[in-house]
Amino acid sequence: MTDLATPHRDSTRPDLSADRLKRRYRAETRFRIYGIAAIATALLMLAFLLGSITHKGVGAFIQTEISLTVSLDTAEIDPDGTRNRETLAKANYRKIIRNALRERFPDVSGRRNTRELTKIISSGADLTLRNHVIENPDQVGTEQTLWFKTSADIDQLNKGNTPRDVPEADRRVSDKQIAWFDSLNAARDIRSSFNTTFFTAGASSEPEQAGIWGAVVGTALTLVVTLILSFPIGVMSAVYLEEFAPKNRWTDLIEVNINNLAAVPSIVFGLLGLAVFLNFFGLPRSAPLVGGLVLALMTLPTVIIAARAAMSSVPPSIREAALGVGASPLQTVTHHVLPLAMPGILTGTIIGMARALGETAPLLMIGMVAFIVDIPRGFTDAATVLPVQVYLWADASERAFEERTSAAIMVLLAFLILMNLAAVILRRRFERRW
Amino acid sequence: MTMNTLILIVVLLGLSTLAYQYGRRKALSSVAGNHGALHSLPSYHGVYLALWCGFPALLIVLVWLMFQTSLIETLVLADLAGTTAALSDGQISLLLSDIRNLASGDITSGAPDPLTRAAADRYVELQDLGFTLVIAATLVLTASGFILGQRAISPTLRARPKVERIVGWLLLIASIVAIITTIGIVLSLLFESIRFFERVSVFEFIFGISWSPQTALRADQVGASGAFGAIPVFAGTLLITLIAMVVAVPIGLMAAIYMAEYASPATRAVVKPLLEILAGIPTVVYGFFAALTIGPALRGWGEFIGLDVASESALAAGLVMGVMIIPFVSSLSDDVINAVPQSLRDGSYALGATQSETIRQVILPASLHGIVGAILLAVSRAIGETMIVVMAAGLSANLTANPLEAVTSVTVQIVTLLVGDQEFDSAKTLAAFALGLVLFLVTLALNIIALRVVRKYREEYD
Repeated sequence: MTDLATPHRDSTRPDLSADRLKRRYRAETRFRIYGIAAIATALLMLAFLLGSITHKGVGAFIQTEISLTVSLDTAEIDPDGTRNRETLAKANYRKIIRNALRERFPDVSGRRNTRELTKIISSGADLTLRNHVIENPDQVGTEQTLWFKTSADIDQLNKGNTPRDVPEADRRVSDKQIAWFDSLNAARDIRSSFNTTFFTAGASSEPEQAGIWGAVVGTALTLVVTLILSFPIGVMSAVYLEEFAPKNRWTDLIEVNINNLAAVPSIVFGLLGLAVFLNFFGLPRSAPLVGGLVLALMTLPTVIIAARAAMSSVPPSIREAALGVGASPLQTVTHHVLPLAMPGILTGTIIGMARALGETAPLLMIGMVAFIVDIPRGFTDAATVLPVQVYLWADASERAFEERTSAAIMVLLAFLILMNLAAVILRRRFERRW
Repeated sequence: MTMNTLILIVVLLGLSTLAYQYGRRKALSSVAGNHGALHSLPSYHGVYLALWCGFPALLIVLVWLMFQTSLIETLVLADLAGTTAALSDGQISLLLSDIRNLASGDITSGAPDPLTRAAADRYVELQDLGFTLVIAATLVLTASGFILGQRAISPTLRARPKVERIVGWLLLIASIVAIITTIGIVLSLLFESIRFFERVSVFEFIFGISWSPQTALRADQVGASGAFGAIPVFAGTLLITLIAMVVAVPIGLMAAIYMAEYASPATRAVVKPLLEILAGIPTVVYGFFAALTIGPALRGWGEFIGLDVASESALAAGLVMGVMIIPFVSSLSDDVINAVPQSLRDGSYALGATQSETIRQVILPASLHGIVGAILLAVSRAIGETMIVVMAAGLSANLTANPLEAVTSVTVQIVTLLVGDQEFDSAKTLAAFALGLVLFLVTLALNIIALRVVRKYREEYD
């Protein structure tokens, strides 16, 4: 017998295996680092995205205001002395504010300077004053010190977003306006307060008067339609496919079709909505009804797939037990399978609705991009939704709108986080593992 | 009008509820409270009667809602036949929208002429008449349904099988909605595309290299015909998709490998949901980010190193789209890698391979099918993505392979051609449907191939 167990090594040759091993271990470390780097890159992008939007958007929740002493002259506002609402509403409040500003800065003269001066106040200030007077008719004839919104440009100046050291022609506020602002600021006549307008107003071409309420209402109306249609149809369809459908080519076709529908680009659903709902059925443009219909068709596959997954995870023994005690197949489903699968179905529905909430492209196709100032009041009123509002504002060039776009995105993301959180909680608390 | 319809539907539902209660009571009283004597449970008798009452009436309302507008418009136009004969299709649709606006009490373009006003009055009149007819019809149907249905209620009525048969049909109909949607998509795209190809040849559309669909207002204007060669549009889409995949595939794949093979369960539990947030962020947010943060930043860096970067460069759109696609690649690949049987890994380790060698030489080849499927799905997603490119890529078609220049894409063109008011029949708007058809077919093909590849792979290890 030869001695095979003894390692035979030629001592004159260098030992390469140690080197090779080192190299292999280094390759191993490198590979690991690639993996960590990939995850880190993705997470950094996420952090950068959310960070930059938050950074840009927080400013929009604050609005700069100016304190002005306005004289509510009886002859100007209420010449008949009746304190009648309609008379009060018709007065020229713009003039009153202009006069108040002139009094505040008596040394300003000339048309151009006066116009520049009035531009530091929001053009919606006369409405604010009008509403104040209508609510407090007894103050007519007195002098009142009130807070008015500044124009968006002065607001940006106050927030430090307008650089002061660039040439006058390159910024949206003039040197004079800066001087006026500084003197007001020194006199403590400038304050920053919470921007309620942003949450209560509809769209506007003036940034300081623009809000997201119209878009929020439009979103709510649209999603109600989506939910009312996609949830029952989706669940019924899943019940049929999972519990009743015979295994044949027709059922296969429906299945393949649903899977493919889930991957059709959303804009194609918009084209469908335009061609079928608007042009064929003649439904109104820009309406939450049509938006909801389109989004319902888009969400349907998600709901069906989730509902089927939830129902197929209910063990067959439950069905057999129900059938065994004499329940009909439909009773088995409605009394046992569906209630047990409901948490999963609801989770899938919420996730589908969250996708619908963030969807923009199909709604552009059916005209939900119109500039709509009024708050929609019904399913057929012209409306817009939150993501489309973001799209519209992102197009505006002013810095103030960029701020509001970011803020609207923050609100949108907050809604999405809430919905996803609800889905996660639902899954954790109620989903059973068999 | 919608309000009234809504009230009508609510009233019908209320009547059905009453019918349910009545049916239940009647069934119970017919056997003097003795459940056992009934063939079906009393609630099935209730549902049976409620269906008799509400179902046909609601069907009528639905049909009315669907065809009301087109019916009324046809009638109104028939009245105006004398004046509309001389008008073009576009003018007719303008007139119709004036009539509609006037009828719903909105502002119209300019002061309405008496003819339009009369037509609008007729429109309102027809609408009211139609609605009254619908109310009458539904009430008659509800009442007769009630009478017929309640006569049938008796202890021997097989209410449950009857109700269940109807519910079964409803379930089947619900499952067909998805099919109808697909058919609707295909037909509407096909129909409008055929009208487009009547004006522009298919050959020119697919192989032409000049795209400028802005048809002129006057016929004698220069370039009035518009050019519909879609090659630059397709090329732009491909360029942006390519950039997106260059970003998403390495990052997504490496992230998936790390998560599946190296990461501890605790790390997985944190990182996986975080990555999925990237997929949950609305695309309009990515678009805003690309247009207002990445675009200007790239331009700034370009200036710094002496490159001329367009502010709406393909690079900005592609990079951000790549970030959006990362979770698609990573979560699909993660599933695929996890599905590789442990025995393959064990075999490789037993031969002395390191973990990375096992991954590169055993696991990746074994899961190649699935990864290819995942990438194909991601490509289809990138091609169909709309908002990022609408906001961050260019509008004018530009046949170039330079990622620093502005290019346009199929989805951008669809949006720009269709957003805004215009008549529906111009070659310009129809072109959007032709592009939509191409988009639909390409993504469909990619999805089918991807699903098939993935399924084949799954069968290998099942």
